Amino acid sequence: MWTRRRWPLALAGLAAAAVWFLAYRNLAGMARWATYGLAGLEPGSRLASAVEFFVYEAPKVLMLLVAVVFGVGIVRSFFTPERTRRVLAGRRESAGNVLAALLGTVTPFCSCSAVPLFIGFVTAGVPLGVTFSFLISAPMVNEVALVLLFGLLGWKVAALYLATGLAIAIAAGWTIGRLGLERHVEPWVFQVRAGAGAEADTRLSLGGRVRAGTDAVVDIVGKVWPWVLGGIAVGAGIHGYVPEQFLAGIMGRGAWWSVPLAVAMGIPMYSNAAGIVPVVEALLGKGAALGTVLAFMMAVIALSLPELVILRKVLRPRLIGVFVGVVGAGILAVGYLFNAIL
Amino acid sequence: MVITVYGPGCARCHETERVVRNVLAELQSDADLQKVSDYQAMAAAGVMATPAVAIDGVIKLSGRIPKPDEVKAWLA
Repeated sequence: MWTRRRWPLALAGLAAAAVWFLAYRNLAGMARWATYGLAGLEPGSRLASAVEFFVYEAPKVLMLLVAVVFGVGIVRSFFTPERTRRVLAGRRESAGNVLAALLGTVTPFCSCSAVPLFIGFVTAGVPLGVTFSFLISAPMVNEVALVLLFGLLGWKVAALYLATGLAIAIAAGWTIGRLGLERHVEPWVFQVRAGAGAEADTRLSLGGRVRAGTDAVVDIVGKVWPWVLGGIAVGAGIHGYVPEQFLAGIMGRGAWWSVPLAVAMGIPMYSNAAGIVPVVEALLGKGAALGTVLAFMMAVIALSLPELVILRKVLRPRLIGVFVGVVGAGILAVGYLFNAIL
Repeated sequence: MVITVYGPGCARCHETERVVRNVLAELQSDADLQKVSDYQAMAAAGVMATPAVAIDGVIKLSGRIPKPDEVKAWLA
């Protein structure tokens, strides 16, 4: 129902979308003008190549990020961890793993609440493997990663990342469920008499949802923008100064050992999608193979040392080892698959 | 009145505590502010996303930082 109060909101939204679209379409021209007209750099030089890369990519990625984070913020206002838990509780495996991986992409999640969420899920009767599918997909398949991949590498790579990220979350969660590792969860977890908790109200007004979107932009873009600019600056440096095909020998598809090496290097590294994708883009441009760099990126985002330390509170070392092993194997498989078929 | 802030010590949890504390000072409220960072206690209260805020044991918000106006509304 359209009340009188909704029209100003809708018109403001349309106007903002129009301005955004016009600016976005003209970014390449503005970047050329800034590089060669305003700064007066010589076309074809290394510095000009690096500068043009930065002044084109940085506003482009930030604009995409604002638009998508706003949209995802609105989508997320329909989901809460409590609601997701209710959907997953008592689910059989297989279908439960698929559902958990999908819900992981849209349910608001922060790795600092991985432990309370884990306890909340397990004590409510969500199977262990289904819980893991959620915990793998939630950080790995997120809007920031997808926006950056789409903006810098195109929709095909973004779609591949989405599909294989979900596949890893489903398969790894299912495998962990099959292994029957419940006894490697710290026993106190099952003794917690979990309270019902909040039934946070998801029935917001339209204005409330728009506010959820702008809150998400302030929160997420406000946090990741230095990483984005830093990542694009590193990418610009690689773009302008590292020779073409420089990396073909060490990160190309001919080097079979490059995929496991990329995964092993990625696990202890802690960055977020915003910092890693511009670097990935630049590596690809210098001859690194797509499977190798995607495996590297997935290992950095999905398996991080700080998160493993947090999870140690509820998981025994054996289960953490299995978790890293199973997810790592999935990432390896994705790396080899892409290097083989692309 | 007891206000409980649940959070394991992340930046957003400290920010939540600061927001609540400021509102309490502004309203000159004598409500008791408690901070819970123990995972077992958090789970027992049913908190699944941090930071979370409860008033007299009833969870009012979880998974984000509250706005000062929201805190004022709970205290009224």
